[in-house]
Amino acid sequence: MTATPPAPTALLAVRNLSKTYHVGHGQHLTAVDGISLSVMPGEMLGLVGESGCGKSTLGRCMLRLTDISAGQVMFEGRDITTLPERHLRPLRPRMQMVFQDSSACLNPRRRVRDLLAEPLRVHPGPDGRRRPGADIDRRVHDLMDLVGLSATALARYPHEFSGGQRQRINIARALALSPRLIVADEPVSALDVSVQAQIVNLFADLQARLGLTYVFVAHDLAVVRQVSNRVAVMYLGTIVEIGPTDSVLHHPVHPYTAALTAAVPRPVVGARPPPPLGGDIPSPVNRPAGCRFHTRCPYAQDRCRVDEPVLRPIRPGHEAACHFPLAPS
Amino acid sequence: MPADRSAPLLDVRDLCIGFPARGGMVPIVDHVSFTMPEAGILGLVGESGSGKSVTAMAIMGLIDAPGVRVSGSVRFRGRELIGLPPRQMRRLRGRDIAMIFQDPMTAFTPVYTIGWQIDEQIRAHERVTRAQARARTVRILGEMGVPDPERVARRYPHQLSGGLRQRAMIAMALSCNPTLLIADEPTTALDVTVQAQILDLIRSLRGMHGSSVLLITHDMGVVAQTCDSTLVLYSGRVAETGPTARVFDRPGHPYTAALLDSIPPLYGPRPDRLPAISGTPPTPMDRPAGCAFGPRCAHVHAACTTTPPALVPLGPDHAAACVLPAEGTPLPPRILRASNDTCP
Ligand SMILES: Nc1ncnc2c1ncn2[C@@H]1O[C@H](COP(=O)(O)OP(=O)(O)OP(=O)(O)O)[C@@H](O)[C@H]1O
Ligand SMILES: Nc1ncnc2c1ncn2[C@@H]1O[C@H](COP(=O)(O)OP(=O)(O)OP(=O)(O)O)[C@@H](O)[C@H]1O
Ligand code: SF4
Ligand code: SF4
Ligand SMILES: [Mg+2]
Ligand SMILES: [Mg+2]
Repeated sequence: MTATPPAPTALLAVRNLSKTYHVGHGQHLTAVDGISLSVMPGEMLGLVGESGCGKSTLGRCMLRLTDISAGQVMFEGRDITTLPERHLRPLRPRMQMVFQDSSACLNPRRRVRDLLAEPLRVHPGPDGRRRPGADIDRRVHDLMDLVGLSATALARYPHEFSGGQRQRINIARALALSPRLIVADEPVSALDVSVQAQIVNLFADLQARLGLTYVFVAHDLAVVRQVSNRVAVMYLGTIVEIGPTDSVLHHPVHPYTAALTAAVPRPVVGARPPPPLGGDIPSPVNRPAGCRFHTRCPYAQDRCRVDEPVLRPIRPGHEAACHFPLAPS
Repeated sequence: MPADRSAPLLDVRDLCIGFPARGGMVPIVDHVSFTMPEAGILGLVGESGSGKSVTAMAIMGLIDAPGVRVSGSVRFRGRELIGLPPRQMRRLRGRDIAMIFQDPMTAFTPVYTIGWQIDEQIRAHERVTRAQARARTVRILGEMGVPDPERVARRYPHQLSGGLRQRAMIAMALSCNPTLLIADEPTTALDVTVQAQILDLIRSLRGMHGSSVLLITHDMGVVAQTCDSTLVLYSGRVAETGPTARVFDRPGHPYTAALLDSIPPLYGPRPDRLPAISGTPPTPMDRPAGCAFGPRCAHVHAACTTTPPALVPLGPDHAAACVLPAEGTPLPPRILRASNDTCP
């Protein structure tokens, strides 16, 4: 008899995670509604879905950048759900976030050198002591090299850079403390297409060189495909489909994923777009009973209006929450 | 003045727009020329700051910043619009040429209902009763795919979802049957499923109203699926223009080709790295002497660096501002690569 190998530990796991906001008039908005999900070391998970479905909220909950209403967050196998900030602080270097708006995150009055050195000064080195100035300086130069910026840029201020270059500075800052996990929230959405490709390549290079683990939030499915090996599709606070990137994007079984992929305008002339999905996204304050997608789903049946579907296996590593999953195409 | 029916609907020649800065004039838009036929959809693409919105505003006669210099010619059915007295331009706007923006909140006032604002727009251009105007408003809202248009007309802008507001704005723009609709990034702020509805609507306009559309976007996917012809701007100048299928299959300008190549494919093999364009576009202030794309172009050579290359014809209605075709070394077609990215 062979012993079963120990189950590998997820770098990050959330269990039945919920986040509710109070939105006045005694109303609540459940932005993330009972999501369970694991991210293995070295994995690149893409998080997609339409505006307001809860992608950013989930990303912030994963890093405990916001309080959690219910459920659990585990980082490196340890429950951090209610860990006070004081105990969270030593973990912070290993989990970092990159945001969409590159200019809002960089203090305009500080030079690039100081922006990059700051996290290194604030957080002690691996030996628990303050890092010597020479080490910080060397690290700052390495970081510039890593993200493809010249060391001559260190003396300049953020506004002297283009949007793409500022996003490189942001990424360098997030990498300063050698994190294991990076949650990137729409890191290329504000950039021009010709510059987006540079940053997308940078994310792929960094993953290959540093073995990083990513959660990559984006609404552009083609960008997500380029940087992820697994994709989770969200709709109104829940995951409706999750699996290997091309399995989900090319052979979706959830009607919402199918509608989403079909709606992406491809840069191919002559490909007639399919008829668009009708209806508007319902309000998350007043979400539909049963399947949350039933108000827009072309395949909805009576059962869908009362009975909420849960994620169940469809193919290896591929799950979907639908009573009537589409036949594989 | 009678309309000249043999002329193109819109004929823009050597449009130059200069903004005053640092004691001089900065040529934001530099000798832009193009034409639009009746009932056509033209896609105006380019990176942020390339001059798309400024070009549209000049056509609409809406650039009134102090010291701005607009020169060249914009003919609408043969009639010159540059230098037209503001009163005549106002009469043209809304009735013959209408414009919609990325943010519908700029088009509507928050304190009046959507329907009231569309009624007023109609009554400003035509002598109709309030009831007649409302009947037309409700009909157009319905045509724009607004469910229960009578009720939606009684709502205030903030009470509608983004997609509904966008449709209401298009309805307002179309309320006087304009011949030309200029749409500046009308779907950029919308989700893809809602964007698909709006693009579907824009495609149907010419059948419904016989309108032409100048669609401004930075999304080559939107262009491919919506526009008959394409105009690529780079740093305030025309890089390439032509029928959309032709531009996508056989781009004549290295910028167009590189831009198309840098889009990650949703289908087909996934490249390890995207063929990215290095660097960023120049600001209008430090545009190089020769080709503005030169510093980022893989084909740049001595001939590119002296003067801005002129537009050279490459086929029917197809032209690119690059020295390569005239030198006998045009770019190879892209046809094969493009077909990889279709849905299985
Ligand atoms: N601080 C807050 N207070 C109240 N509601 C909030 C707050 N933050 C987010 N929400 C709501 O929670 C829902 C999810 O928002 P979230 O920002 O996570 O969505 P998202 O998927 O990131 O959307 P987008 O693609 O637009 O960035 C939305 O309905 C949003 O309005
Ligand atoms: N009122 C103004 N004064 C000075 N410069 C201006 C003014 N309006 C626009 N510009 C400049 O003109 C250039 C073209 O701007 P424009 O808004 O047309 O770009 P765009 O192609 O529409 O970009 P985007 O995709 O970001 O909307 C930019 O460099 C911009 O900074
Ligand atoms: S459960 Fe029903 S309504 Fe929901 S996605 Fe599946 S078929 Fe559509
Ligand atoms: S003119 Fe020269 S630099 Fe400009 S696009 Fe053509 S080859 Fe490149
Ligand atoms: Mg978000
Ligand atoms: Mg613009």
